[in-house]
Amino acid sequence: MHFSIQNIIFLLVALAGFGLFAWQASRIRANVLVGRDRDMSGHVNERLWKTLLVAFGQQKMFKRLTPAFLHLIVYVGFIVINIEVIEIMVDGLFGTHRFLQFTGPFYSALTGTNEILGALVIVAVVAFWWRRNGNVVKRFTGPEMRAWPKMDANIILYVEVVLMAALFLMNTADLKAYQLQGLDLPGAYPISQFLTGLLPDSVPTLHALERVGWWAHIVGILLFLNYLPSSKHFHIIMAFPNVYFSRLIPQGQFSNVESITHEVKAMMDPSYAVPAPATNPDGSAVAPAPFGAKDVDDLAWTNLLNAYSCTECGRCTSVCPANITGKLLSPRKIIMDTRDRMEEKYNAPLLFSPALYGAEAKHDPQEQLDKENHTLLRGYVTPEELWACTTCNACVEACPVNINPLDSIIEMRRFLVLEESAAPNALNAMFSNIENNGAPWAFSPSDRFNWADDLFVAEKGTLEVKS
Amino acid sequence: MAEQTAKRPVSVPVMADLAARGESPEILFWVGCAGAFDDRYKRVTRAFVRILDHVGVNYAVLGKEESCTGDPAKRAGNEFLFQMQAMTNIATLDGYGIKKVVTACPHCFNTIKNEYPALGGEYEVIHHSTFLQQLINEGKVKAEGGESFKGRRITFHDSCYLGRANDIYEAPRAVLEVLDADLVEMKRCKTNGLCCGAGGAQMWKDAEPGNKEVNIERTEEALATLDGTDAVLNNLRGVESNAPATPASAKAAGGSVIAVACPFCMTMMADGVKNKEREQDVQVFDLAELIASAEGLNA
Repeated sequence: MHFSIQNIIFLLVALAGFGLFAWQASRIRANVLVGRDRDMSGHVNERLWKTLLVAFGQQKMFKRLTPAFLHLIVYVGFIVINIEVIEIMVDGLFGTHRFLQFTGPFYSALTGTNEILGALVIVAVVAFWWRRNGNVVKRFTGPEMRAWPKMDANIILYVEVVLMAALFLMNTADLKAYQLQGLDLPGAYPISQFLTGLLPDSVPTLHALERVGWWAHIVGILLFLNYLPSSKHFHIIMAFPNVYFSRLIPQGQFSNVESITHEVKAMMDPSYAVPAPATNPDGSAVAPAPFGAKDVDDLAWTNLLNAYSCTECGRCTSVCPANITGKLLSPRKIIMDTRDRMEEKYNAPLLFSPALYGAEAKHDPQEQLDKENHTLLRGYVTPEELWACTTCNACVEACPVNINPLDSIIEMRRFLVLEESAAPNALNAMFSNIENNGAPWAFSPSDRFNWADDLFVAEKGTLEVKS
Repeated sequence: MAEQTAKRPVSVPVMADLAARGESPEILFWVGCAGAFDDRYKRVTRAFVRILDHVGVNYAVLGKEESCTGDPAKRAGNEFLFQMQAMTNIATLDGYGIKKVVTACPHCFNTIKNEYPALGGEYEVIHHSTFLQQLINEGKVKAEGGESFKGRRITFHDSCYLGRANDIYEAPRAVLEVLDADLVEMKRCKTNGLCCGAGGAQMWKDAEPGNKEVNIERTEEALATLDGTDAVLNNLRGVESNAPATPASAKAAGGSVIAVACPFCMTMMADGVKNKEREQDVQVFDLAELIASAEGLNA
């Protein structure tokens, strides 16, 4: 053990890194909690099982095999290599060197696996970069994939390569320094053993390079951790709570609006007692919430959690029948807009203030919008997008982390119809037909049973002809 | 055989009449607005009733007392109108003590099954695809004695509100199995099925500006699947395809079939086939029509 000033610096750096992340996480938690209440409690076993399959098990990724395998490499690499971060933390705090080496064969397995995974991660990241930048995968393009989302996606890939490179620099320098001194470095280094020729033959230089790799790896991880809340890469954390809190009911079941239930019951039965509205601490009635959603705070907290879980992969948009046929609707845009609007109205992320990239983020005619209409609906999402939805649930089915864009779309449609009477004319006609004829078409209710007129069935097995 | 059968009038039992006689049916057939008013889907309703009658199911319909479930209003965001419809219908159903409902419309099915309970309407709801599957499994329907579909090519178009919305993928396919036809799956099927374009109240409005109608995209996929023209399939992605006006290979007598299990899919796919000028060799049928036809119940 060589306790030194390095350990104190490390302690301060680690505290700063984790502290800053905790502060950022609390600000995001506050953003999510501006959403409306929705009871997602209970069914713990069912929810845990789903989280195990969909989040830990990457179940829905395997609908598309190539990205599934590439993603699996990076995902497993992330988890396994982070076991080594435990060692880095202990070494950093107490001045030990490769603290886990006492585990013997396990340590060889761990370091060996890490090296192979590290190399595979670099291969996967290169493939990812090519898929994204080589115009290979169409879903990485689209109007919502503006400058920042594109840059963000590439930054993540570059950082992953740098982190892996730091790991190899550390291992190779350490290994070579040991070899030059005629010693055996504990652990297995199936990749670094081929890289020693790239480094100089001076033991002090190798020691210095080992320190550079070590510091670059851990500082890189801490910086990356604090980059996450500004990035789509936040999904590596949010995917887990998002899947846990996703719906367990059939996808076709839309939410019930309870305040309307009370009104309708009161209309149908005058003796029905509508529950008294909630009261403020001073005894005044709480102003009723609008029907549906105009802005992010009208959405449920789960819809807002969705927005922080999105990694902008575009699977939703690539299967959306409206988007496929050239309509403006893109489910991914609805989710990205929700996050942008939250970050504009409430806590902004640390690195990328919406003001810096916000003008580009908003829908074109936003300059003409007055303050009242500068909301999620109209400020970001246009009615044209919302009305193009066929509610087919393809986007919901496609999302690897159980994001539900349809839920948000319906909430905004409800606002348009119930608060603004702003449905397309054809739909208003359909509503009138239902009200007047009990059918969405203009048919007379008295003709409803005409289909049964002159109905005959062939009677089998008889030769006797009846009239 | 047609010349050996006689036809018998079917008097469809109406719930109000049964109640007046103090009787209650085993199951209520919820016809739905399309089943009652849409000329094309009325034929599906009649086919399904022929099957019910033939098998001897103790059923009834609401007749003129039925009203829209409220599905299109709810999908369009008009929650108020939806709940008005729902509570009116629940009052009617509960008034007759209905416990079990069968319907040929996935939208009615989804709404009554999943959205009525929150408003106090609890019923066992079953889609006609599942109901037909049960009749087949029980040996009550054999798909014999009528039109033969043997060797004819059939592809099934998944309804969103049956499939993804309620995880019913196998029942309609099991029903088609009994026809002994050449069943082919579209590339986008089951959980990956492509919408016909009519859901979410789109049935009642024009589509937003785009470069293609959804039902054309889906019909091209269905036709290319039936024709076996992979080149077309590989190019489908909102791009107008150069699907040949005539099939690549000659089809067995009777032509190919796009099978559906939803009134809106029926309209959209039939319009698509018409648009592609393939009505002469490709027909769109509901499961109930295929079964009634194969069972020789049409009269």
